[in-house]
Amino acid sequence: MTFVLFAEQMLNGLQLGVMLFLMASGLTLVFGVMGLINLAHGSLYMVGAFAAAGVAAATGSFLLALVAALAAAAAAGAIVEILVIRRLYARNHLDQVLATFALILIFSEGTRWIFGSFPLYLNVPAYLAGPVTLPGGIQYPLYRLTLIGIGLTIAGGLYLMIARTRLGIQIRAGEADREMIAALGIDISKLYTIVFALGAALAGLAGALVGTIQSVQVGMGEPVLILAFVVIVIGGIGSIKGALVGALLVGLTDTLGGVLLPRAFATFMDNSAASSTGSALASMLIYLLMAAVLFLRPKGLFGGAT
Amino acid sequence: MITERYFNAALLGGLALVAFWAYGADEPFTITLVTKVAILALAGVGLNIALGQGGLISLGHAVFFGIGGYAMGILASHAQSYQPLTLGPLVIEGTNSMPLIWLAAMVAAGLAALLIGLVSLRTSGVYFIMITLAFGQMFYYFSISWPAYGGEDGLSIYVRNSFPGVNTLDPIQFFFLCFMLLLLALLFHAMLVRAPFGLALNAARQSPERAQAVGLNPFRLRLAAFVISGVITGLAGALFADLNRFVSPTMFSWQLSGEIMVFIILGGTARLCGPVAGAAMFIALEHWLGGLSEYWHIYLGLLLLAVVLFAPGGLIGIITRRGAAHD
Repeated sequence: MTFVLFAEQMLNGLQLGVMLFLMASGLTLVFGVMGLINLAHGSLYMVGAFAAAGVAAATGSFLLALVAALAAAAAAGAIVEILVIRRLYARNHLDQVLATFALILIFSEGTRWIFGSFPLYLNVPAYLAGPVTLPGGIQYPLYRLTLIGIGLTIAGGLYLMIARTRLGIQIRAGEADREMIAALGIDISKLYTIVFALGAALAGLAGALVGTIQSVQVGMGEPVLILAFVVIVIGGIGSIKGALVGALLVGLTDTLGGVLLPRAFATFMDNSAASSTGSALASMLIYLLMAAVLFLRPKGLFGGAT
Repeated sequence: MITERYFNAALLGGLALVAFWAYGADEPFTITLVTKVAILALAGVGLNIALGQGGLISLGHAVFFGIGGYAMGILASHAQSYQPLTLGPLVIEGTNSMPLIWLAAMVAAGLAALLIGLVSLRTSGVYFIMITLAFGQMFYYFSISWPAYGGEDGLSIYVRNSFPGVNTLDPIQFFFLCFMLLLLALLFHAMLVRAPFGLALNAARQSPERAQAVGLNPFRLRLAAFVISGVITGLAGALFADLNRFVSPTMFSWQLSGEIMVFIILGGTARLCGPVAGAAMFIALEHWLGGLSEYWHIYLGLLLLAVVLFAPGGLIGIITRRGAAHD
């Protein structure tokens, strides 16, 4: 295996990782502040992708499509929070799981109703198309590189927001003691709606960005949602830092495992058996990673504090 | 107002009556529907032991359902091709006999439940929900990428497997076979709730600290409940595969895990016949709403939302005018 191929796969893993971070950070914020497990987070990812595809088809502008994805997902998040989710904060996890499972059914079928069953396609804009040459002679698609840049920028921005701004202080206070910040005169239900809409907007952005590489279709959100669960279980629930580390670990493990394992098996098996055994095992790799982390640290890598 | 006991008797009797009526009216499709209800209810009875009695919110029970299905598919496909299954030094002949297939399905599902339980029961609450969901997805992707037994396309079995003394190709006879297994599982559940194990398990759900203080081991109780639960759901998977004569990775899908849980909630959590009422309602809705609108899942979602928000006792709770069996 050459260095160039390895570096490309590292970048692919990084790109998957930062997109997972956009999903996982919203989930972990909502859980940390409101104590809610939200299965419908994948639906917000799908809403973002469909809004982007619709606006891109109508206007031809990729930037407008991204703005539409953010706005649509944030609006859908705020509406769902006000209508349904806020009735669930005081309920047990089983009720939360079922109600958000019901939301998935409503979102998925509603989207199928409006857009039909056929996948839509989002195109990479011309100014981001094509490869760039990186130091070391690595040819890499500019669009994927942009995704890595956007993801890392948002991770940095989220860190600054939580560490430095008034909203960030309220979020951290909400994680530490919900009753107390309400007693201190913060409008807690407004804070909850804002946090939920923020998480939704991040998911919607991820949906639009990834939807450009893959197709935009009903049901695209749930596999990513489950990967994001693996990420926050590894990183520790409620920890943004844990979500970032977990997302990069999962992204790199999944991508490199899919490339390296079949090659590793090929050293002692014949080629077709090696590629089928290797890829079957590679599909299990991140879950085995999750099991190993749980075995050593049942609360995840950064979940010890709470 | 009627008591739960009469409701259960009416429900199970009604299921059998519908099958008889369909047999008399020569409506094999309706028999297939009630058979599906019985099998899915059996899967729900399995989950109900972990969820209702043990308080374990497992969103990965499709794993055991799928393993049961593939146990049937693998054994029957080897019998179909007359090629024994070789696992290293071990050579296993394929088989068409249902009792053997059921045994294999239950053992395999139980082993999987033991391994998954050992890892995931170290945690609790939301971690447990997410981990069981993730393990479900692991089996799903594995079944897609493993080409030996059909991969993504699944595996067809041409003739339904046999049971001594029963013509399983006759829909009504196959229904009663499944119905008997459902009754056995319900009887087992009813006995388990009253047995010392069931009482200890309930104690561990309500207050792990107090259970521990009187010398019980909550981890072991939960693990045992999780394995029993997986075994029953695995049996249901083998029957479901035999009903369709087809196994595919969708038996491992997270939607199916969610649906098995929905049966329990629609019927009423922790109630003996909750899964039966829920599965019957689900199939009836699928059939009726599915005929009205292609997008019937929207209505199912709205109904589920209404039940969770406003009627936590489910169907049985509404009919017997009592709230949730426990919180």
